Amino acid sequence: MMSEKNLPTPHPFMANSAAGSYKEMLRVAEVGDIEELFEQIPSEHRYKGEWNFPRSLASEAELFKHMNSILKKSISSEDNLNFLGAGCWQHYVPAICDEMVTRTEFLTPVWGTPSSDHGRTQVWFEFQSQIGELVGMDFVGLPLYSFGTAAGHAVRMAARINGRSEVLVPSTLDPERLKVLKTYCGFPELSGYVSIVMVATDPHDGGIDVADLKSKISERTSSIYFENPTYLGSIEARAHEISAIAHGVGAEVIVGVDPISLGVIAPPSDYAADIVVGTTQPLGVHMNAGGGVGGFIATRDEAKYAKEYPTLQVSLTGTTHPGELAFGLTLFHQSSYGSRENGKDWTGNSVYLWAVANATYMSLMGPLGFKEIGETIIQRSHYAAALIDEIPGVSVKWKQGFFKEFVVDFSKSKLTVEQINKKLLEHSIFGGKDLSVDFPSLGQSALYCITEIHTVEDIHTLVAALKKVVA
Amino acid sequence: MSKKLKNYHAQVWDEPLVMQLSAVGRRGAILPATESEITARVGAAQGLIPYALLRKSLPELPEMSEFEVQRHYLHLSQQTMGMMGISLFGTCTMKYNPRVNERLVYQHNVAEINPHQPVETLQGVLEVISKFDHLLRELSGLDHFVFQAGGGADAAYTQACMTRAYHASRGELAQRNEIITTSQAHPCNPATAAAAGFKVITLPLEADGFPSVEALRAVVSERTAALMVNNPDDVGIYNPNIAEWVKIVHEAGGLCFYDHANFNGVMTRLRAADLGFDACMYMLHKTFGGPKGGGGPAVGAYGCTEKLIPFLPGPLVEEDGHGGYFLKENSDAGVGRVREFWGNVPVVIRAYAWTRAMGIEGLRDAANISVLANNYMEKRLMKIKGISIGFPDMKKRRLEMTRYGLGDLTKDTGVTTVDVQNRMTDFGVDAYWLSHEPWFVPEPFTPEAGELWSIEDIDYWIDVLEHVCNEARTNPELVKSSPHNQVVHKLDGTNLDDPDKWATTWKAYRRKYKKDTP
Repeated sequence: MMSEKNLPTPHPFMANSAAGSYKEMLRVAEVGDIEELFEQIPSEHRYKGEWNFPRSLASEAELFKHMNSILKKSISSEDNLNFLGAGCWQHYVPAICDEMVTRTEFLTPVWGTPSSDHGRTQVWFEFQSQIGELVGMDFVGLPLYSFGTAAGHAVRMAARINGRSEVLVPSTLDPERLKVLKTYCGFPELSGYVSIVMVATDPHDGGIDVADLKSKISERTSSIYFENPTYLGSIEARAHEISAIAHGVGAEVIVGVDPISLGVIAPPSDYAADIVVGTTQPLGVHMNAGGGVGGFIATRDEAKYAKEYPTLQVSLTGTTHPGELAFGLTLFHQSSYGSRENGKDWTGNSVYLWAVANATYMSLMGPLGFKEIGETIIQRSHYAAALIDEIPGVSVKWKQGFFKEFVVDFSKSKLTVEQINKKLLEHSIFGGKDLSVDFPSLGQSALYCITEIHTVEDIHTLVAALKKVVA
Repeated sequence: MSKKLKNYHAQVWDEPLVMQLSAVGRRGAILPATESEITARVGAAQGLIPYALLRKSLPELPEMSEFEVQRHYLHLSQQTMGMMGISLFGTCTMKYNPRVNERLVYQHNVAEINPHQPVETLQGVLEVISKFDHLLRELSGLDHFVFQAGGGADAAYTQACMTRAYHASRGELAQRNEIITTSQAHPCNPATAAAAGFKVITLPLEADGFPSVEALRAVVSERTAALMVNNPDDVGIYNPNIAEWVKIVHEAGGLCFYDHANFNGVMTRLRAADLGFDACMYMLHKTFGGPKGGGGPAVGAYGCTEKLIPFLPGPLVEEDGHGGYFLKENSDAGVGRVREFWGNVPVVIRAYAWTRAMGIEGLRDAANISVLANNYMEKRLMKIKGISIGFPDMKKRRLEMTRYGLGDLTKDTGVTTVDVQNRMTDFGVDAYWLSHEPWFVPEPFTPEAGELWSIEDIDYWIDVLEHVCNEARTNPELVKSSPHNQVVHKLDGTNLDDPDKWATTWKAYRRKYKKDTP
């Protein structure tokens, strides 16, 4: 029989750590010593050393105190005035979005059945439908890990569709996303490799240099991937022309978007995009130190595209009772769950909980909310850019035609962005993302982000601080 | 034996689609109005956008009041059983997700942090990440962990990418283009290996549930890039030859990756490094108490030995030696990124908090309780007519999960495992896990009791299964046509793969079915 010292310590997370339950399981399972249950594992495989582990904090009060003693060492973008975006943007998150993603029913489960998961699956369908409305596409999958991974999968979809293996991307692409894309494009020694060709940037507006595009695109080109707005904030004014050039050689057009811009900026379907990808983080998800990122893929509802999706996707269907609505997974078999190495890339856990926040956000905003947030962001960011551009020694690289983010050039101030941002920190301001390492051709430049959360006073505070810093 | 089951019925709100709840002019959110001095300076927004790029018509999103949106999504949450019932979903290690962790991660010093902030303002989150890295090093014997991978499959992809980078750095990638796995490994292993460009070799299982050493020897060669395996796998069987496997692959020059998705039953008994593995992966949203979110945000914590650290995706969180932390970009020969930034940070924070709440003794207890609960279940399940155990030749005690089959029940009654799964939801018991592809056991099901569920919950789960198996024999139609007490009835899946019938958006549905109501 079991000696009392071998019983578990009762713990709030484990019902059967109670002695009575544990002993009853031992009895029914016909176990004398718990070690009998591990008979499959050879003795020489087992760890027999001591553990160097901190003591247990099973008391919630103690744990909470410990956690906060560490977490309080950070200074947040709520403590400080933040002008950093660059792939992870500070927008206001409505309280209801947080309420929904912390509802235990949405927060804690994995899979049920189509009937017992009905509510959640409906949210997913509403996420797909609303993303489709924003981007002008009518086939949308469940979310992907991030903007960059969505782009990576889209490039691979295009390569499978046309059997070509070269993608053109703008030279302004976010270095973080570019690294992800490079990973997804693989190695020339192995199968499925897609080579990445950089297309130059038009120095006048930050869009794609069309002459350079024409010189690089060919019948070898599988796809062109460009963004609207670009990583550096520019609205891609020649989007129609770029798509036409790409279609002229039979290449697929993949466009990456920030969906929060789509109440005012044309959806990619307007300029003939074939595959649309983008970020979901601005739609009701906190930055979470970069852990708020998510992505999506959307296309026209054509089998040619649908049959290359790596994601799972929810489809509206019926039940055994006429007229009753239900949701099932379409094209499950082509996923890695269905076909292992013969599936379309792979899928797994993604950021499905954020789809709940996104659907809630898009429903709260409605058509007018998206129009107004787009308008106010574009006005506020242009206002900030205009004032910053007036500061001696400071200039804005592209003075108009951008959305939310813009490039500020400090080269003439004789200070580095690093020095400027250090000084701004003394004013409790997070200055823009330093571009000087990743884009040396831009000199000492930084990417500033202005959203709906920045008031006119916030902008004046920034401008006043910048004036002092560069004086 | 007839036991009293719950008189359960799912909540039914008959909730319309959000797009159908729209009324012209209603507002759910008001945006901060642009101040007049801003407009005076820059003019209207439309003048700031190139004409060709102006949106011509507004998106057809719902127009609703704030309360209507809240109520709609609350209704949908109530129409989701999830963990409100009993879920013994095998492979996913259903755990309690401590509520205090939600309180912690929704504080602004986690939620409202931009990853580009100056490093001195990131010290709290970096310290938690680093401390958790050290706890996992202790549990695995490995030398460094990263949290960038957005789930277990993404960690497997990370391994495939690490394998590429490692062999490319040695000039051997063109030659080493094969990754070996087993037919019982999680599908993400072969799938990510293939997506990374490798040829996949899949070893077949023997009667005792794992491939033979000879089968491995027969495929290992100078073309071997890596081995990717689960152990124990998701049928509760441990490959006792695993240390020898690792040796064989290492002698051939390949890397060995331990998919530790099924770590729960062996926590504190096995360390990946002790078995010789170069790298392993833990699921923070499963084993380490992070919430699943219905499919993420998740974290596949990826750890490796010293020799592979230069290839890890960056940036790495490192200690500065003075109590501070910094982010270090890794070498150019490395993976670079598998995803933007440093991972789902709130999940890492929750996992750290969970692990501290458990302590090493708690982890040991949790492993013991999980394996014990599974063996307790086996004793009761094997008494139910129509249920058989997978891989019966393996006579030893199973670990934290067991694969069973309802093949005999199906033969006798025509009722399948999916029918049984549906019918169980009528009693407040959510889906069990069936099996990954391929199915080795006919009509499979795979429960995992874990350390969360009480003996009463487990008993109820078994009582429901037994009741449904009896129903299958007395009234098979009742089971086949189930569920009857759920939010909606049995799914009609016949059109899901038909391009003319599927509809992943409301717009597509309206176009294809020429109507505005489903």
